Amino acid sequence: MAAPAPSRSTAEATLARQFAALKALAATPGRAAAFARFAASGLPTRRIEAWHYTDLRAAMTDAAPLAPAPDGAAIEAARALLAAHDKIGVARLVTVNGRFAPELGDAPPDGAAVAGREARATEARDAMASLVEAMSPDSLTVEIAAGAEIAGPIEIVHLAVGEGAFSLYSWTEIALGAGARATVVETFLGATPAVQRHAATTVRLARGGWLKHVAAIGDEAELHLESQLIDLEAEAELNAFGFVSGGALNRRQIFARLAGADAKIALGGLALIEGTRRADTTLEVVHVAPRGFSREFYRAIVADEAVGVFQGKIMVAPGAQKTDGAMKSQAVLLSPQAQMNAKPELEIFADDVICGHGATVASIDPEMIFYLQSRGIPKEEAEAMLLDAFGAEAIAKVDDDALAEGLRARLAAWLAGRNLRTEANA
Amino acid sequence: MAAVQETVDRVRAIDVDAYKYGFVSAIESDVAPKGLNEGIVRFISAKKEEPEWLLAWRLDAYRRWLTMEEPKWARVDYPPIDFQDLHYFAAPKNAAGPRSLDDVDPELLRVYEKLGIPLVEQEILAGVEKPRVAVDAVFDSVSVATTFKAELAKAGVIFCSFSEAVHNHPELVKRYLGTVVPSTDNYYATLNSAVFSDGSFVYVPEGVRCPMELSTYFRINEKNTGQFERTLIIAEKGAYVSYLEGCTAPKRDENQLHAAVVELVALDDAEIKYSTVQNWYPGDAEGRGGIYNFVTKRGDCRGARSKISWTQVETGSAITWKYPSCILRGESSRGEFYSIAISNGRQQVDSGTKMIHLGRNTTSRIISKGVSAGRSQNTYRGQVSAHRLATGARNFTNCDSLLIGSECGAHTVPYIEAKNASAVIEHEATTSKVSEEQLFYCQQRGLSAEEATALIVNGFVRDVLQQLPMEFAVEAQKLIAISLEGSVG
Repeated sequence: MAAPAPSRSTAEATLARQFAALKALAATPGRAAAFARFAASGLPTRRIEAWHYTDLRAAMTDAAPLAPAPDGAAIEAARALLAAHDKIGVARLVTVNGRFAPELGDAPPDGAAVAGREARATEARDAMASLVEAMSPDSLTVEIAAGAEIAGPIEIVHLAVGEGAFSLYSWTEIALGAGARATVVETFLGATPAVQRHAATTVRLARGGWLKHVAAIGDEAELHLESQLIDLEAEAELNAFGFVSGGALNRRQIFARLAGADAKIALGGLALIEGTRRADTTLEVVHVAPRGFSREFYRAIVADEAVGVFQGKIMVAPGAQKTDGAMKSQAVLLSPQAQMNAKPELEIFADDVICGHGATVASIDPEMIFYLQSRGIPKEEAEAMLLDAFGAEAIAKVDDDALAEGLRARLAAWLAGRNLRTEANA
Repeated sequence: MAAVQETVDRVRAIDVDAYKYGFVSAIESDVAPKGLNEGIVRFISAKKEEPEWLLAWRLDAYRRWLTMEEPKWARVDYPPIDFQDLHYFAAPKNAAGPRSLDDVDPELLRVYEKLGIPLVEQEILAGVEKPRVAVDAVFDSVSVATTFKAELAKAGVIFCSFSEAVHNHPELVKRYLGTVVPSTDNYYATLNSAVFSDGSFVYVPEGVRCPMELSTYFRINEKNTGQFERTLIIAEKGAYVSYLEGCTAPKRDENQLHAAVVELVALDDAEIKYSTVQNWYPGDAEGRGGIYNFVTKRGDCRGARSKISWTQVETGSAITWKYPSCILRGESSRGEFYSIAISNGRQQVDSGTKMIHLGRNTTSRIISKGVSAGRSQNTYRGQVSAHRLATGARNFTNCDSLLIGSECGAHTVPYIEAKNASAVIEHEATTSKVSEEQLFYCQQRGLSAEEATALIVNGFVRDVLQQLPMEFAVEAQKLIAISLEGSVG
């Protein structure tokens, strides 16, 4: 029984107007269907269980104007942003405000094909993923041919470029053919506190495909809403990690489906949350086929008056026998006003499984601080040392030395910055 | 080992469809006409000769209930309940108030005898030091007998039916009723507030350690009735009480509604231990009939260093929807929740607890063991929250699920909310099936598959069984084996 649709909020009304104004998109049946799915439920509220701790309808007072197609000045600004960003891996692909900008990136490496084209329909159940599907101007598609092995990481840089308030929608598709192997890093850059970013990435691995994926979010968007829609066929293997350190309201949601037998997934993440930010990671791993293997490992450091959220659900469908799933969420709270909400769920309809989850929330152990202080290390330094170790354990799940090193540098910078900010306030 | 053997024997002695409390007793009853309206609420209140303030309280709850919506969030599935198709009051005919056990209908005493509950105050048998238990028996909607009243009164403990308490101790009822579970709390609690018919009342005065276990047995007998009892337990400063409830109902093809409210209040240094062995009729193997058990239980650790401990063994009911909770308000107060929830056939269980840490240095512990068999669905749903001022709050949660058979489901939905950096919250959960290796090991030693499963399940739930008062632990262990009957092989 569906609840009666609430009257539309200002943001919902604006979104409907914006979509109608995109005449070419509104006339495309797939896009119209996606928008209808969004409109049916509207912006999620706490009453939607998957959004229990993030009331988007209340947080999003209005939808910012859509970012226009980048002009010459925007491309120049994008170039400047890219110049300041260290290159990762063998090839860089760039989107500007949700549009693929081939002129700013590299040619794809051998075995990979890249195109900007109409998004494929996904029938995503989530309202916000549906919204991106409806509104994204185009789609960056990265396809790795069957059997191909890409030598190093491919980096996709999603740039937000422009003055004042705007919203952007980006849709990315990563598809690996049978037995293909690749590493993809998605970096989100450039958003100012007036930017609303809606992003979605689909990941499809054909039989035996192997992908390492890292998403790094460190800019200052007012809203960063990112969905990953993952589909693994038999024997495919995905290792995906998310690093979050900025933005007023950050929500990453991961919907993974292990559709083929013997598929493997490892999801990890580290969120550094301070000030009055909110960061929410919500994931759902659905085991449909036998002998699936899943590991989820998430850590958060929550400081000041920030709020962290972790919701994880492992679902084992009937028939997905011999599933092995384990999930862990751990958070450190650094201030009396910091908050952490965790909801690790198991939903199991098959009997021959081993599933478990663990969740902890605590502050830094004062005994450890005392131990380090008794060795002559000042308190702030001791704290940073322990937090560095706490974060590094999560980053280690990336299982790639070069990528892990880059993330650890970001962690160290965040910790150093935090100490400076704390001193300035003292 | 002896206990296990006993379990196995017991299982063997019973047929597959073995709900041994499924009999119906021919006892004349006063039954209110079907349906719910203000008239019925007034009727119940008048029957109980209640004071004006209580009637007003009921009517207020009833009016609010009319504006509320049935909760839909639990993982349970049932056809809509027609609240107008129920009797809201049924009482054994001469229950107007038996002076002593001699006045009680002998047929009724036989019912309780069949249930294995002694209502006759037996003296301690020569040489056998048998622990004594004071019993309040609630039949359909009214309390029919309370034993050991005199002896309890000597200690200053008030243990009586709710209606008696309304008449004899109105000041206590008025002071505490609805202060833990307000009449506006949720759909079923509000319904209960409007139509509750009876229940137990316990008051333990300052510094008194209640000299014996207190116990209430609830029995639904009449057809098409809902049972709405209300229990209120108050432990004054430094008091201690251990309370146990048990419940059974006849086998019937229609579903019956049981919507109870339990309120516990523990003041400074007081301790309340509340144990439940819930064995309502679960319906048959195809899911026909059975009790809808929609219960609101909550304890309020109001005083410093107070402690409330819930222990539950849930084997019955077609649908269970209950979350015995603790509000940890007093400094250094403690809440505990130990649960065994066993589901078989087509039973649906959505149960768990809430530990709301409000005071400083409050601690809580949750141990939940779910066993699902047959085609049942068993969900643990719990919340642990540490509020701003709850510095030093500490929680440990462990919920394990065991699956027997490939068509059942086991689910875990914990909510963990820390609003305080000094709070330490730990949660762990596992789900697995009875391991082939353990079964093989036991069978290799000569146990049958069924015996081996009973042994392993008993081991799985042991942490919780240990929390029950001794004699009930034995009863609970038997019950577990019976509930799982037919699920192996």
